[in-house]
Amino acid sequence: MDRIPILRIGRLLLVTIQVDMHDQLAMNLQDDLTSRIVKDGAKGVLIDISTLDIVDSFIGRMIGNTAAMARILDAQTVVVGMQPAVAITLVELGLRLDGVHTALNVERGMALFDQTLSL
Amino acid sequence: MSAADENTISKIIGKFETELLQDWLGALLTSSLRRYTESEREVTQQCENFLRGLRVATATGPAQDIESREWDEVRHLLAEISKTRVHQGFSSIDTANFVFSLKQPLFSKLRIELADRPQVLADETWAISTLLDKLGLFTIEVFQKSREHVILRQQQELLELSTPVVQLWKNVLALPLIGTLDSARTQVVMESLLQKIVETGASIAIIDITGVPTVDTLVAQHLLKTVAAARLMGADCIISGIRPQIAQTIVHLGVNLEDVITKATLADAFVIALKRTGSTISYPTTTN
Repeated sequence: MDRIPILRIGRLLLVTIQVDMHDQLAMNLQDDLTSRIVKDGAKGVLIDISTLDIVDSFIGRMIGNTAAMARILDAQTVVVGMQPAVAITLVELGLRLDGVHTALNVERGMALFDQTLSL
Repeated sequence: MSAADENTISKIIGKFETELLQDWLGALLTSSLRRYTESEREVTQQCENFLRGLRVATATGPAQDIESREWDEVRHLLAEISKTRVHQGFSSIDTANFVFSLKQPLFSKLRIELADRPQVLADETWAISTLLDKLGLFTIEVFQKSREHVILRQQQELLELSTPVVQLWKNVLALPLIGTLDSARTQVVMESLLQKIVETGASIAIIDITGVPTVDTLVAQHLLKTVAAARLMGADCIISGIRPQIAQTIVHLGVNLEDVITKATLADAFVIALKRTGSTISYPTTTN
């Protein structure tokens, strides 16, 4: 079974999605990520979706849900590197990901953690 | 109608070609509401070509079916004339008159030629009248289509022209919107804004709606969509250039703009943007 690697950087977890997301993969990621947040005591999660160029409503909602779960486990989520086409699709689907922080790329995402989330 | 009768038109045109041409040109130039900007020689040329085409077509083919192959040349000629007239700014009446004004000269020649056979005269007059009507309508149709084509092209150009995204400062973009926002334009605006955010790595975009004449719920929704999409890319949006009347309309309509930073002028928005990106502008200290 395919799994998306979760890398730990200090108190952050970095997830880079570099394959096509299918529903099972997304569910596995949600499981893995929540367990890792608890196990490592992570305070922040960076999800890099810069190579993702197709999303559907399921993946969109899953990103939102993952962020909500992380927040309950006391970790902030920043989604970085969203493609313009993906952003437009999500908005048209009515998924505004309101509780999720966003940044243009990983570097900006890290900066966001440093500045505003004071980690 | 017998074959002999069909040829009458063609024969008459052949016989009186020069006279017909002169009468026609006379009628054409006096009846025209608009002065011909093209030289008279050009009009003469078009008339000559049309008469010749008409003669050949009526001599060979069934006179009433202008869609048949015999009429290819005439139709092509009329289409050409129609298209040039669209670009020269002729009205549709003038364009149709090109064909219709041939009726009178042709009828008077017919009357002279067939004076002794009133039955044939009536038949021929009817046949020619129907034929020229069809050709006239064809001309108008082409005219209309060319006009629609021009309108379509202009719409396209307007769409491309009216959505510039400019970089005001490092990490600050501005999007001055001018004109009404409909779904198609919002799509273009959104795409160009998001693309520019990727290219420049901007973290703040100012959407200036000074040039948007009215903001209704639909326009507001489109604006909010753009803001939401930019936020997903990691860029904050400021909406500026909200005129007093528009502020009133927005509140009366119950549109919720509370999640978005709004400013009255672009200058105010720029100050906020600078503060957010950690830049400052100061006036140079005078050293005299």
